Amino acid sequence: MAERIQISVRVNHTLFEREVESQLLLSDFLRHELELTGTHVGCEHGVCGACTVLLNGEAVRSCLMLAVQADGQEITTVEGMASPALAGALHPLQAAFKEAHGLQCGFCTPGFLMTLIPFLKNHPDPTEAEIRQALSGNICRCTGYQNIVKAVQLAAKRMAQSA
Amino acid sequence: METTYIGKPVLRNEDERLLTGQALFTDDVHLPGMLHVAFVRGEYAHARILKVDASAARRRPGVIAVFTAEDLGSYWKPGPLLVPPPPIERLVFNQRTQVPLAKDKLRHYGEAVAAIVAESRYLAEDAIADVIVEVEPLDAVVDLEKALDPGAPLIHEGLNSNLAAHVIQEKGDYHSVFPGADVVIKKRLLYDRGTAAAMENRGVVAQWDAASQQLTVWDTTQAPIPIRNGLARMLGLSESQVRVVAPFIGGGFGPKIMMFYPEEVLIPWIAMQLKRPVKWIEDRWENFFATTQERGQVHEAEIALSADGRILGVKDVFLHDTGAYDPYGLTVPINSQCTLLGPYSVPNYYSEFKAVFTNKPIVTPYRGAGRQHGVFVMERLLDFAAKELNIDRAEIRRKNYLSPEDFPHNHQIIYQDFAPLVYDSGNYSPALDKALEMIGYEKFIREEQPRLRVEGKHAGIGIVSYVEGTGIGPYEGARVTVEASGKVCLATGVGTQGQGHFTAFAQVVAEQLGVDVKDIRVVTGDTREFNWGTGTFASRGAVVAGNACHAAARMVRGKILRLAGEIFQTPEEDLILEGGRVYPRNAPQKALSLGELAARANPLRGAVKPGTEPGLEATAYFGPERGCTASGVHALILEVDPLTMMVEIQRYVVVHDCGRVINPMILEGQIHGGVAQGIGNAFYEQLVFAPNGQLLNASFMDYLLPTASEVPNVENAHVETPSPLNPLGVKGAGEAGAIPTGALFAQAIEDALREYDLEICEIPLSPNRLFELVKERVPQNIEVTLATNEH
Repeated sequence: MAERIQISVRVNHTLFEREVESQLLLSDFLRHELELTGTHVGCEHGVCGACTVLLNGEAVRSCLMLAVQADGQEITTVEGMASPALAGALHPLQAAFKEAHGLQCGFCTPGFLMTLIPFLKNHPDPTEAEIRQALSGNICRCTGYQNIVKAVQLAAKRMAQSA
Repeated sequence: METTYIGKPVLRNEDERLLTGQALFTDDVHLPGMLHVAFVRGEYAHARILKVDASAARRRPGVIAVFTAEDLGSYWKPGPLLVPPPPIERLVFNQRTQVPLAKDKLRHYGEAVAAIVAESRYLAEDAIADVIVEVEPLDAVVDLEKALDPGAPLIHEGLNSNLAAHVIQEKGDYHSVFPGADVVIKKRLLYDRGTAAAMENRGVVAQWDAASQQLTVWDTTQAPIPIRNGLARMLGLSESQVRVVAPFIGGGFGPKIMMFYPEEVLIPWIAMQLKRPVKWIEDRWENFFATTQERGQVHEAEIALSADGRILGVKDVFLHDTGAYDPYGLTVPINSQCTLLGPYSVPNYYSEFKAVFTNKPIVTPYRGAGRQHGVFVMERLLDFAAKELNIDRAEIRRKNYLSPEDFPHNHQIIYQDFAPLVYDSGNYSPALDKALEMIGYEKFIREEQPRLRVEGKHAGIGIVSYVEGTGIGPYEGARVTVEASGKVCLATGVGTQGQGHFTAFAQVVAEQLGVDVKDIRVVTGDTREFNWGTGTFASRGAVVAGNACHAAARMVRGKILRLAGEIFQTPEEDLILEGGRVYPRNAPQKALSLGELAARANPLRGAVKPGTEPGLEATAYFGPERGCTASGVHALILEVDPLTMMVEIQRYVVVHDCGRVINPMILEGQIHGGVAQGIGNAFYEQLVFAPNGQLLNASFMDYLLPTASEVPNVENAHVETPSPLNPLGVKGAGEAGAIPTGALFAQAIEDALREYDLEICEIPLSPNRLFELVKERVPQNIEVTLATNEH
């Protein structure tokens, strides 16, 4: 039996203290221990990007990290995107995905959203080439990416206006 | 026709749940006391199993049980034949279906041998190494062209060869064409395997509630109702004791319509044996061989034409790789056989195929479902003919199109739905004209391409046509209920895998009931809510379920008008139904909300007229007499880098005709996604098997899926030729984007590299393969090209 270790992780602004097995993946910790099932797992080897979450604001693949490595860190998942201040209203990026039809089955979508949050922070006015480059580490099998690109453009425009 | 909701780009009802992480997928189901399963999978493509020793695994702490084939007792049975062969004369079909756990023999890599049940998935996976599977390896049949060789290893006992099926379909007399044929072109064409790679792997969760004697199963299936019916039969339960839920599904694309997967048979049985909830979630590695695949075929095809480019006849003899078992019958090769005819008039056709067993994962439909192969063969033959006859590529197609007055057109062969292949409607030239105009065909060939060539750029253009048989039967159903809140509930049996059913079906109902699309709650894929129907496949959701929704909504509309007519003492034709209210045309102030009307239709006290049905509710079914035929034209401009043989797509145009459009936004999304999969299939994705049958690229590191860097923006246009076979006039659209891409790529690459006079007769290509093809053609020119490009 694997060693059990006490960790304390802040997820979507709430502090969770849990004893976990040292081999537990961060993705499984979020999904099955905290039941934050919005983070999806598509390949478990870091290629598809579906499990992307924010670790201290940076996009990381939660299937390539152990839960114990998140001890003392701050995690944001798709469940934490909609602003509590706005009574759960969609984040501008989420709203743009809806308006631009940037999702179909929606399985890969949380990973795309999480990848895009720091990207848009660093590139408030991105070109299409920059957007496509930023998306190239996330796989979507439904949309052909075209409407995801459109959604990012729409979100960037809206976020610039409201900034 | 004036519409309020149909034909509008209505935003999707389902998106908020998906965007906020609230949508339930199968792996999101958590139940108290739930156990987890991991499968021990065979490590040989072909081997005799001598012994399975699970004793060490059973002793491991945390392991609750291990089941081998032997432990299943009488529950161990080969799976059902999902689609029986169509009624074609002289047809040979050898049925060999998959088994829940391999017993005597392994027939493809990764076949499940034992199921380990443990307190956690981690423990179950750790215990896999404890199970010892002793085998005697056998030579594997990997190359489909060698499967029928005398002396080839036999995959199935009781058969004297690896022949799975032999089918001949004929129209006219192909041999009669020769006296009049000016040109006969014969080619060998290959189309190799890929995988659907839905982002969500498969999974099953089962819970047996002994107190209520109810089994609940969450399953990533495209066909929850047949799964329920089959499970009830297998487990000796009444259908009403089994509830199957196909919740949100993370992409289907065909392999999730396969049934019954071994895991689907086992997980509910294990839950009943152990009286605890049980979950199994496939991982990506397993998905590469435990989930079905598609595409392997080899065609020897021949076309005869007159000097002016008219098709006199086509002969095609092909081999189809069905993998280790053939549970899906002949759907894929019959689709290839039928779709080859495309939008063209082909007076004489001889088509013969043999399906063969190989020691590879099972083949069942994957988006396109055999149509790709037929389109690839026909479009390539036309390209070669155009070159030979010095006719423009677009013109040779136009010359052979069926004309609008040819419909309905009977091709005189049998389609996958067992009905004669009859096209319901079509009008092909306008789509071709539109595509030529959008891509700027003439200008590119006359001005841009020569200019680019002078600059040393290898740019090429392609244009291809295709049809897609869609919307086949047998039937689907829907129930529409107006609730006392005024909201409408729509339940249908087909599951959803991202096609926007929660919105498109709601639009169809909204159109009849005059309520907002947002006020219609759509329930799909839960047998407790609706339990008649077949599933989501063959681009049939909008056609078959869509028309069932339409029929049920029409019936509810009738009930609303009857009741309101009685209340208002107004003839029904003078009533207006809009904004969730009904009122007499001349007295809008009297308006009643549909909620009030629903409450009146369901009184708590008092008497109703004899024969009254309560509520504003209706259930209806729709079953088309046969499928409807969608069509389209794809055009593309690409540039090949002769140093790396990488291809860059510069323009991609799709002109599509799927009859009346319910939601153009969703339709375009389907096309974009189909094109992306088509591009993957054409240039990036190929499953590579070693001679011993082991899959060499079973990970996303090695199996290349197209990303945002490879997939271009697709420019869409629509032509609308409504189908006469259903009241909505719709045709299916789910597979169209993916079908002609291989043929299009081949044509455009030949055009871009025309100095090498390539004849591309295979898909998938890759930069490496393209380099080899160029080298085979003119080896000495390679260095010349490299040298030229360095300057």
